[in-house]
Amino acid sequence: MNPAVEREPAREVVELRVPSTAEWVALIRLATAAVANRLKFSIEDIEDVKLAVAEACTAVIQHESHGEFIEVTCEVGADALHLRVHDAGRHVPRAETDRTMDYDEARVAGLGVFLIRTLMDEVTYDVHPELGTDLRMVKRLPGHPG
Amino acid sequence: MDIKVHVREAPGDCYVVDLSGEIDVYTSPKVKDAIGELIDRGAYHLVINLEKVRYIDSTGLGVLIGGLKRVREHGGSVNLVCSNPQIKKIFDITGLVKIFGIFDSEETAMKALV
Repeated sequence: MNPAVEREPAREVVELRVPSTAEWVALIRLATAAVANRLKFSIEDIEDVKLAVAEACTAVIQHESHGEFIEVTCEVGADALHLRVHDAGRHVPRAETDRTMDYDEARVAGLGVFLIRTLMDEVTYDVHPELGTDLRMVKRLPGHPG
Repeated sequence: MDIKVHVREAPGDCYVVDLSGEIDVYTSPKVKDAIGELIDRGAYHLVINLEKVRYIDSTGLGVLIGGLKRVREHGGSVNLVCSNPQIKKIFDITGLVKIFGIFDSEETAMKALV
């Protein structure tokens, strides 16, 4: 009898691509929550994931977007949800634009970043001048510190 | 997704703003406009009722902070009604519980306002 062939569990990846405009953030939020639900996160954790992904999209739309689309990739791991929010637009340093943030706007942007960092277990941010920006976030199931 | 905004006049020169729905980057301008119009008309003592708000993000928080800042310039104040633990948690982790009065009922929010 042949030994059982052990296979790695199939990765479940959901890719979303929406126009880089405010009205599509709700769809991203709901779809990401549905994916998070597959991992049996608590309702509170799912709300955290929803808010974090929405804050990432909001940052792209309000402050950094020079691309036409936002791409969100949700990867369901064994014990964690991995999210990538990608803005394919060319990154233009704020100093090179005529777009400036007033104090209140900057404060709100800071709140968004703070919420992402507080609600998710891992957050990394890469800016490539030509390829765009990537925000990667991980939310782990309780009891799986990574 | 939408947000519904309803403004009521209350005793004691106060106004109650009832919000219902989700406050995000798409819907927060509507809330900002409603609160802004109220303040432009001289309403500086506000209770903002979030009991029917299912979701709020940093743009929504920004609108509330902006409203509070404006009414304070006129000696006014803003109290919030919110018993949803998830929304209260956002005010808590951002430290906004320290600048807003947050109450479980409209009655206590009104009493604390005047």
